[in-house]
Amino acid sequence: MNFGNILNEIEKVDPEVFEKTSPRRDIFKSFGSKVAVAALPLALGSMFKKAYGKTTADVISVLNFALTLEYLEAKFYNTALLNAALFPNATAKGAIQTIANHENAHVAFLKTAISSSGGTPVAEPVFDFTAKGTFPVVFTDYATFLAVAQTFEDTGVRAYKGQAGNLMTNNDVLTAALQIHSVEARHASHIRQMRKANGFGDVKPWITGNDSGIASSAVQPSYNGEEVTSQAGIGIVGINGMAINTAAATEAFDEPLTEAQVLAIVTPFIV
Amino acid sequence: MKVENEIMTSPQEDLGSGVSRRRFFTVAGIGLLAASTIASCKKDDGPIITDNSIDLGSGDIGILNYAYALEQLEAAFYTKVAASFYTGATATEMARLTEIRDHEIAHREFFKNALGSKAIPALEVNFAAINFTNRDSVLSTAKAFEDLGVSAYNGAGKLIVSADYLLLAGKIVSVEARHAAYIRDIISNGSFADSTTVDVNGLDMAKMPNDVLAIAGTYLKSKVTAKNLPTS
Repeated sequence: MNFGNILNEIEKVDPEVFEKTSPRRDIFKSFGSKVAVAALPLALGSMFKKAYGKTTADVISVLNFALTLEYLEAKFYNTALLNAALFPNATAKGAIQTIANHENAHVAFLKTAISSSGGTPVAEPVFDFTAKGTFPVVFTDYATFLAVAQTFEDTGVRAYKGQAGNLMTNNDVLTAALQIHSVEARHASHIRQMRKANGFGDVKPWITGNDSGIASSAVQPSYNGEEVTSQAGIGIVGINGMAINTAAATEAFDEPLTEAQVLAIVTPFIV
Repeated sequence: MKVENEIMTSPQEDLGSGVSRRRFFTVAGIGLLAASTIASCKKDDGPIITDNSIDLGSGDIGILNYAYALEQLEAAFYTKVAASFYTGATATEMARLTEIRDHEIAHREFFKNALGSKAIPALEVNFAAINFTNRDSVLSTAKAFEDLGVSAYNGAGKLIVSADYLLLAGKIVSVEARHAAYIRDIISNGSFADSTTVDVNGLDMAKMPNDVLAIAGTYLKSKVTAKNLPTS
């Protein structure tokens, strides 16, 4: 079987197929040109200098998508922290400060990555964290705040996961995305522990089935798809005779969301 | 070894007509995962077993075996933890640690099945340095394993050629990070993502295989080498 032939036959029918499906779209014009790198923290300058000419429009588009999500999270936590009365104690506030610090760092990092690669970072949107009235007390009711926080973190994890494949043409950007992705997962784990400890939801640090553990059905799209028990055609429940139940099988793997799915989730929070 | 499904040529060659390996994997989207085992892409990318060492192999198979090795280590550790919990373990801790055990077993068995005839054998572990009756000993080891796993997957991502494998690794690494955060929090609440693992840019650690195996190796009787893994 000659796969080279099959792919060439596909190309005859649709000459654009390789351009559409390959992340290495050659549509960038001036992204490879020399751009002065202003003072960058630590090693960022040298990292993204190497990326010139390898950071295609597709990669920059992914970075801007990530930046939008980081703007959302950063603004959310920064706003919450302005209301000291929201938090029951200093430990809770400290955890949210830790998370906010990371999200602010992610915003700065992604803006630098995009600019030094010759792209333009998207502007910060105006946000409505009540989601048009779905969460009216998000910044005054601790339970609501943590529910929205959990949803943002779990969604962020799934969003980065869904984009990793689009970053394979640039090792540095892919690695950085993975390094942000795992931090968001640490955040998600901690927020879920906070909700459980406060009796706000029966959730574990990991996602069980497609259960949000949140009363509002508005967040369900962030959890749909997490119930799968098969990976690459391999069933996980009871695998090889091991006593792995359905809950554990769903918890052991987090699932991606597409960009479209993520945008549908976050759009209600954008004015 | 017999390869049932020889639909792939060596990844080192073009697939004829100038079609590059990476383009093939991107466009075909069929991935390398058949229903239960990975079809052989390159006949000699599997593990190299000698009397006193196990080499992980090369290419994506090598990386999957690398992940399989780490999951074997974690699964063996948590199996011992859950078989006899440390003194003072709360009911909640026992429940969570049992779930973590199950997740690691699920990861391990998934890789075992996915690799099929290309899988490394079962590794012999060395947990002599761990006192399983002592909470600090168990949890500090758990923290080290989880953080190590996160850094290993984060570092290996760029070495993977197949988008399908990258996604699978991605599905696992976030769960390891959830584990890591939980373990850190029961050691010291609030340390889930502190500066010992997250840098000033908000980035988690990423380590290369040789660095990871140097640490993991201290918990293994089996000698595991990564002489043929991709390095970029």
